[in-house]
Amino acid sequence: MGSNMAEAHPVGFQWVLEAKARGATVIHIDPRFTRTSALADVHVAIRAGSDIAFLGGVIKHVLDNELDFREYVVAYTNASFLLTDEYQDTEDLDGLFSGYEPESASYDPRSWRYRSADPAQHLGGFDAGEAKETGIGHQLGSGGPRLEGVTGDIAADPTLQDPRCVYQVLKRHFARYTPEMVEQVCGVPRAQFARVCEAWTRNSGRERTSAVVYAVGWTQHTTGAQNIRAASILQLLLGQIGRPGGGIMAMRGHASIQGSTDIPTLYNLLPGYLPMPSARTHTDLTSYVESVRADKQKGFWRNADAYLVSLLKEYWGDAATADNDYCFDYLPRIDGDHGTYRTAMDMVDGKVFGYFLLGQNPAVGSVNGRVQRLGLANLDWLVVRDLVMIESASFWKDGPEIETGEITPENCRTEVFFFPAASHVEKEGTFTNTQRMLQWRERAVEPKGDQRSDLWFMYHLGRRLRERLAASTDERDRPLLDLAWDYDAPGGEPSAEDVLRRVSGHDLTTGRLVDGYLELKADGSTSCGCWIYSGVFAGGLNHAARRTSRLDQDLYAHEWGWVWPYNRRILYNRASADPEGRPWSERKACVWWDASRAEWVGEDVPDFERSKPPDYVPPGDAVGPAALRGDDPFVMQADGKGWLFAPSGLVDGPLPTHYEPRESPVRNLLYGQQASPTRKDYARPDNPLNPVQSRVFPYILTTARLTEHHTAGGMSRHLPYLAELQPALTVEVSPELARERGLEHLGWAHVITSRTAVEARVLVTDRLVPLRVAGRVVHQVWMPYHWGNVGLVVGDVVNDLFGITAEPNVLIQESKVASCDVRPGRRPRGPELLEYVAAYRRRAAAEDPEHGEAAAT
Amino acid sequence: MSRWTWLDAWPVYRQLTGTDPLGRGKSAESKGTEQLVARTATADRVARSVCPYCAVGCGQNVYVKDDQVVQIEGDPDSPISRGRLCPKGSASKQLVTGPQREQHVLYRAPYATSWTRLDLDAAMDMVTDRVLDARAKGWQEHDDHGHRLRRTMGIASLGGATLDNEENYLIKKLFTALGAVQIENQARI
Amino acid sequence: MSTDHEPGRHRLYGRLDDPAADAGHVEHPPRVGFFTDTSVCIGCKACEVACKEWNLVPDDGMNLLGMSLDNSGMLGANTWRHVAFIEREAPLGGQVSGVEGMPTGASGVAHMEATVAAGLRDTERGGGELGTTTVDLGMPSLSLPGAATGAESRTDFSWLMMSDVCKHCTHAACLDVCPTGALFRTEFGTVVVQQDICNGCGYCVSGCPFGVIDRRPQDGRANKCTLCYDRLQDGLEPACAKACPTESIQFGPLDELRERAAARVEQLHERGVPEARLYGEDPDDGIGGSAAFFLLLDEPEVYGLPPDPIVASRDLVDMWRHAGAACAAFVTAAVAVFVAAGRR
Repeated sequence: MGSNMAEAHPVGFQWVLEAKARGATVIHIDPRFTRTSALADVHVAIRAGSDIAFLGGVIKHVLDNELDFREYVVAYTNASFLLTDEYQDTEDLDGLFSGYEPESASYDPRSWRYRSADPAQHLGGFDAGEAKETGIGHQLGSGGPRLEGVTGDIAADPTLQDPRCVYQVLKRHFARYTPEMVEQVCGVPRAQFARVCEAWTRNSGRERTSAVVYAVGWTQHTTGAQNIRAASILQLLLGQIGRPGGGIMAMRGHASIQGSTDIPTLYNLLPGYLPMPSARTHTDLTSYVESVRADKQKGFWRNADAYLVSLLKEYWGDAATADNDYCFDYLPRIDGDHGTYRTAMDMVDGKVFGYFLLGQNPAVGSVNGRVQRLGLANLDWLVVRDLVMIESASFWKDGPEIETGEITPENCRTEVFFFPAASHVEKEGTFTNTQRMLQWRERAVEPKGDQRSDLWFMYHLGRRLRERLAASTDERDRPLLDLAWDYDAPGGEPSAEDVLRRVSGHDLTTGRLVDGYLELKADGSTSCGCWIYSGVFAGGLNHAARRTSRLDQDLYAHEWGWVWPYNRRILYNRASADPEGRPWSERKACVWWDASRAEWVGEDVPDFERSKPPDYVPPGDAVGPAALRGDDPFVMQADGKGWLFAPSGLVDGPLPTHYEPRESPVRNLLYGQQASPTRKDYARPDNPLNPVQSRVFPYILTTARLTEHHTAGGMSRHLPYLAELQPALTVEVSPELARERGLEHLGWAHVITSRTAVEARVLVTDRLVPLRVAGRVVHQVWMPYHWGNVGLVVGDVVNDLFGITAEPNVLIQESKVASCDVRPGRRPRGPELLEYVAAYRRRAAAEDPEHGEAAAT
Repeated sequence: MSRWTWLDAWPVYRQLTGTDPLGRGKSAESKGTEQLVARTATADRVARSVCPYCAVGCGQNVYVKDDQVVQIEGDPDSPISRGRLCPKGSASKQLVTGPQREQHVLYRAPYATSWTRLDLDAAMDMVTDRVLDARAKGWQEHDDHGHRLRRTMGIASLGGATLDNEENYLIKKLFTALGAVQIENQARI
Repeated sequence: MSTDHEPGRHRLYGRLDDPAADAGHVEHPPRVGFFTDTSVCIGCKACEVACKEWNLVPDDGMNLLGMSLDNSGMLGANTWRHVAFIEREAPLGGQVSGVEGMPTGASGVAHMEATVAAGLRDTERGGGELGTTTVDLGMPSLSLPGAATGAESRTDFSWLMMSDVCKHCTHAACLDVCPTGALFRTEFGTVVVQQDICNGCGYCVSGCPFGVIDRRPQDGRANKCTLCYDRLQDGLEPACAKACPTESIQFGPLDELRERAAARVEQLHERGVPEARLYGEDPDDGIGGSAAFFLLLDEPEVYGLPPDPIVASRDLVDMWRHAGAACAAFVTAAVAVFVAAGRR
């Protein structure tokens, strides 16, 4: 679901087909019948943006029929934990949870806490109000949220009968997600839904597992994180997490997008999912550490102080001492949303002066491209580094706003520097793939002319800045001047191995490379650039560069590359064994407790303290890893359990709840609450949104990739061999919609939203089917988003059609669903386009209020 | 590097003696055919690399002859990809050797209507100046409540997700030391 | 070694177990080919690109054809692998399409096909000016009698994909009619155009019953799949098979491939895919079997393949015997050149 794996990840899809050849059932749930569906056993057409309603229906099916893997659920999840009496569910509040504050459109999550066995004690959480602004959901990526006091006894009912236990809360929460409701909301006929429920639950338990694959079809929604939460709940109920053949796999879309998250270039994160300091709460190292992790919590996130101090030691070397909080104060602070869309709007408003685009093309790849380009046109300067000339570098002379007259070169003040970049074969370094695997690339050839790696560019920019400021006495320049920037750079090219070595980390007392994060200390005696990558250079060996042939090694190919953490291939694999430490079944054995050797052994690197026996019970005062019981497999979680219910960490509720997309053609049939109550809106004139249930914009627009192209096109539209395979922007419509709107196969049509109109050639195809939703027929149209105005094949920018509305946990835009109109023929040109779209907006605004903005609560 | 060669099982390969009465086989071989050789066989070296497109992480072997990339194909040793590549991965040679690649720094002055070339060193100097200027213009020491910010809002960055980990590391480290916080990536998108 | 010619068979027609030997390669490696299993094709077109990268084949123009996701259209001088996409208003064995119960109207497949076919007929092919192409080239067609239900509302759907390629026929008309010796049979049993010999006469284009071979607009020479002859000599598999993410394209000794294919058909039949059948693997068919053969999930015509291909040179021997007999213009021309040019 939410992934078109055969098209977007064709080589990864070989493993799906391998599983199918061995008898696995492949189910593809997607708005369209795609190349993935063509190879699946079952395709289910679903309305874009209704995934939680569907998954909620499956969860209900599991709970109603007691099809959960009960032993796993009781032992390894928080199903038995009791909530406090303060907690109120969406069942009680018509689609809201307790703690909602309408003024800030955010939750106070205190009522979502577990109940302590000790009535005097409160089990803490976090402040969701600020969290929404600072994208804290994303900051909890590897650590899980802070949860104070959970090393003690949490009130629990192992029989799962107590009405306040998580299991019963879950049952009540999903009670209204009936097959009939799924049919009405998702447009999925009951027979098809039943088929999925049956196949999914049949392949669960001791002997069998099912895996879920998703991609941006789940993330790019205002309910993105909760889509994945819904899958997590289901997979936990069915006992599929931490087991071979199970799990939830995020098919990430770029060579090192996982690496870009782990070693983030993201405003709210430091390497290893440590939060960027917040101005209000993180005044010094102590307050930072206290708020990032709890004192009395279990697991390895308890050691976040060691991870942060080791990072500060890598950043500032000898200048970082215990006396100065290891230069904690050198870190700039965040105090709100500084995400890429907020920044683009700030550019339009003249608040940003200089911008670096490092291999990214937001003029095509980001939604509401007009805002992006108008922002670029209002900078002092812009640096673009890329392989080829891209739309984001040349917007001042050939962008869509040139045609409409909104930008002219003579009036565009932005000074633009284009630096040609080195390609992947002209530099060495690591990518982290979608399975968390770091793979080293050897340099094949030298780049030509002025082409340079980004490593070169950043290193030398830093060197020049430091030289320029060498004599500065301004305190503000200290972080730059004290920065450890002494990387090996033979011949001017910095050594990527040297960088990776320091990312992996050193014991500063001996100079030895550390073996992994277990060795990191909070006393300044270790340095490490990214704690989860710690050990990639253990023993002085570049483990990411290992390439023992798959034919010459073990099942999990541990000698190929390096997977964080500690080269584990399956996270939380303690759960592949039963509470007593035996494999759930021989078929599904992965790691197990070997009593004779008194350690965990198996096919994979055990994700558990190697010598901690399965029946281990920690002393009452233990904290951190020492507080983990022998049957607490979720070693990063504050309570050691898999979370069916999230007592902390999410800003939009502890359980997934179906909300309609921001631009939905239908009312929410499940609750009075229409769209996500905590979604992040950016209401401003240059970001107009279509009214809910608009008859002017009656259709659903969704987008995706084609196999033959790559993202914003910079790496595909310029290549003849790829461009010829998909030479034109197309819009796919069902034959039914084609008849309704008079669209001809291969004729022109244009798609209109409140933002703009985009023209494309029509593909009338049976691969799209109309849906019956809420008693009426709803049409979906699909477009690929790879086109722009530069390259061998050019076309309108599809992302221009989407407005900016963000998911509240991670601030990712809702770009997988919008409402739209489709009309035959080409769109108007030039300034007439602006008027044409404005007229649409006026018509939509004038609609019957019942169908207008009022419903967008 | 191991390489599967289906011909390994055929030792008497190419021992040719027979007749070809219709002149459609051996006797029809041209000079060009006789000299035919796979360019992978004549490469000077092979670099082991990883496909730069999606996140599956397929292994690539990059064949180099006279310091030019002459072929890129799947690495059969890879447990991820088993030597296979999708159309994009298969087009990697065109990606890295094609004429679409820019080789020179280009500069567009404010209000200019065209690009001009700029020396790389001069461009780096100019960017250094501008970073310091924008940083100063956007500097914020404290917020309205007196909380320390120690940052600049004058500089922003957006990276693609084909950056190496080591590159991302330096980007985050340098910009953080500069006080820039609006450092973003495709990973948000 | 010589082939035992049964009555009605000769060097240009009928069963021939060792075409390489027949072409003078006495001790030669095993005959090799492709088994293309369309039941696992994901239509990614890696084969098209990998082929072009290796063989330095030019692009074929930036033209939207719009036959489903196919914009290459057909095999030709600059397209040596071609992935066909067939949208069908019909179920596929073992698959549930998700159309049932949806508020559908009539299918759009016929509309798509008609629209695309109109454009495709204008496509130029080098050699086509001889007016002798033996099959209606190229496009997958759904116009089998009874294929379209004409129903008010569609109730099913399936999507077939197939990577097509030169068949490297046991009896290859392109080779038989080539007057210059540019086309030859290799020691692997494959059929290859030698670019340093080809003079661009185009007879081979007319000879091919599959519409595979074609003259390149850039230089007029005939071009088609070589089964990566250069790679074979180095022990490498052809570029397309190497790249294919799902092993839809399998390369190997033909005997092994035929065994594997038979087993695969049986497996699919057991799994409820009765449509699975082989195409081109039969040594007794009109071309003596092809080295590139296919597992299809529908009739060959659906994929744009001739149902019963016959080597155009089948009748050459008869024509020699019965000079003056009426024959097709193309064959007359071909024989004339054939005789005049002779062979080295």
